[in-house]
Amino acid sequence: MNTLGRTIRTGINSLLLHKLRSMLTTLGVLFGTSSVIAMLAIGEGASYEAQEQIKLLGSQNVILRSVKPPEDPNQGNQTSRVIAYGITDADLSRIEDTFPGIKRVVPMRILPKEVRSGATVLNPRVIATRPIYLDVTGRLVFEGRFLTSEDERTLKTVCVLGTEVARALFPFRSPLGERVKLGGDYFTVVGTIAPRVPLGDDPAEAGIEVTGEVIIPFETARKRFGKMQVKQRAGSREMTEVDLHEVIVEVGDPEDVPLVAQASRVMLGKFHRDRDYEVVVPLELLARAEETKRIFNIVLGSIAGISLLVGGIGIMNVMLATVTERTREIGVRRALGAKRKHIVTQFLVETVCLSVGGGLMGVALGLAIPLAVEHFADMKTIVTPTAPALAFGISAGVGMLFGLYPAWRAASMDPVEALRHE
Amino acid sequence: MPIDVVADLRAVERVYTMGNNRVAALDKLDFRITRGQYWSVMGASGSGKSTLLNVMGCLDRPTGGVYELAGRDVNTLDDDDLSDLRGAKLGFIFQSYNLIAQLDVLENIMVPLFYQDDPPPDGEERARRLADRMGLGSRLGHRPAELSGGQQQRVAIARSLVNDPELILADEATGNLDSQTAEEILSLFDELSREGKTIVFVTHEAHVAERASHVLRMRDGRAEEVIEQRAISSAGASA
Repeated sequence: MNTLGRTIRTGINSLLLHKLRSMLTTLGVLFGTSSVIAMLAIGEGASYEAQEQIKLLGSQNVILRSVKPPEDPNQGNQTSRVIAYGITDADLSRIEDTFPGIKRVVPMRILPKEVRSGATVLNPRVIATRPIYLDVTGRLVFEGRFLTSEDERTLKTVCVLGTEVARALFPFRSPLGERVKLGGDYFTVVGTIAPRVPLGDDPAEAGIEVTGEVIIPFETARKRFGKMQVKQRAGSREMTEVDLHEVIVEVGDPEDVPLVAQASRVMLGKFHRDRDYEVVVPLELLARAEETKRIFNIVLGSIAGISLLVGGIGIMNVMLATVTERTREIGVRRALGAKRKHIVTQFLVETVCLSVGGGLMGVALGLAIPLAVEHFADMKTIVTPTAPALAFGISAGVGMLFGLYPAWRAASMDPVEALRHE
Repeated sequence: MPIDVVADLRAVERVYTMGNNRVAALDKLDFRITRGQYWSVMGASGSGKSTLLNVMGCLDRPTGGVYELAGRDVNTLDDDDLSDLRGAKLGFIFQSYNLIAQLDVLENIMVPLFYQDDPPPDGEERARRLADRMGLGSRLGHRPAELSGGQQQRVAIARSLVNDPELILADEATGNLDSQTAEEILSLFDELSREGKTIVFVTHEAHVAERASHVLRMRDGRAEEVIEQRAISSAGASA
């Protein structure tokens, strides 16, 4: 048997002599290591989800949204009024005509309409938009076709359903060619599009169940439904007038995105007195998400570092006590021919065994926690292979570092004094 | 120097300085121990017995004079060399056995070999033979806590022999044992002496000292007298 192997075995035997103490000592490193892995996995998962959502918006896009301004309290008692806000047709043509580097512009209106087929009634997101919507958002046709410019020009009453809506309205048959009732008009289904991950900042209004999307031609919607929208509320009726709810501006060159974003803000700022719009730049969100992740990692790193430091100090404390307790053993070993380096190795090996043991258990726990989080909290977690390796390496390093001082104390004892120790 | 001088002390001093007081724990000690001799060191507590044993055991260095162990002047050696010297030339037996709790009997016997730069290939074989000889053959896997005092001291004796030392240093080796067990251990020492081992046995009991070939009486760090009780042939008895 080689020397190191025997030293390790002896070290483990020494630790097993005090099982409870050794177990408790490893807890610090155990929790430190497992928290590093678990937190990294959760952080990585959260940031992955955020980035995926942002990427869905399209990194080459600048999105302009209409935002209803806060209600003026002075007009609060009126029972009926029209609130006009948001991005206007004039804004749209200004963007199309004057902005440089723009590839395509997609105007969208969101209509609060019920969708019926027979007895089934749904409240999906009804979007009125142009045919290029499909390309710009990168959606895929599932069945049939998407809207065409022909539909626009001839103001056809056709619609494309999200697959969820299609399944709900026409459970056991193809929806193609079927007719659905949208408000007061019938629309013919010409196609369906595959679903996508819902965007977070698009909350459903109270009482309305959003089960997907229905897409109709922009011009047809203008013609049939106009710009005015009426919402009944208890005791009052609210009328809103919005030209465009959302405009997706696709920029040709990603480098121009900040420029277009800036131009949009300046232009809208000039023509809109109220802040009744917002400019969403996925690229900026992405940069912010990355910055957030970086800060998150620094915070996690600090927490992990502190817990490992605490664990290391715990180990050092116990090892110092062990060295004192085993003073006589050290004296005996020295008398029997052990050099200082042998004593250093012996105690260092014991400390490293403690911290590595804690590290290994910590890695196991750290791999289990993300699974539990995924199962119980329904959060995505990603364990990168570097995380366990890093955590384990650090825990071994902590053992080395915090083992040095007790080992040095042990080795620098005077053999005569050590042998005399009771 | 003839090869059969194992330990040679010439005007050895060990002086402790406490504040302004100089205390000479060893004061100009002069004697030499040749191969095969069985020395007993006697004296009251505080007479310098332990200090002498520490110096002879290369755990401590003389502050004056020269101590040569197996022909090497310990004052010229550094800490690592002293460890080597202890591991190769000395065997220690303590009053409280001082076995290592987490090792079993066989491992305890082999400890001195662990620290040698070139451990003998037949170390384990040797340890087993010694254990057999000490009547511990069936106890090799036991921990010290599972053994009686006499058995533990036998393990310690086996341990002191495993490196085939030039000099065995025993410090009150029977002090913790009942008289019958002590007698058994002393018989073992007699046997070792007959085989030609060189032994220094520190004790305060006269009947223990009687068995030795030489008795060194110490008082206040000085050698009060050295009595040669019987001659021992330098070659060692061919038992």
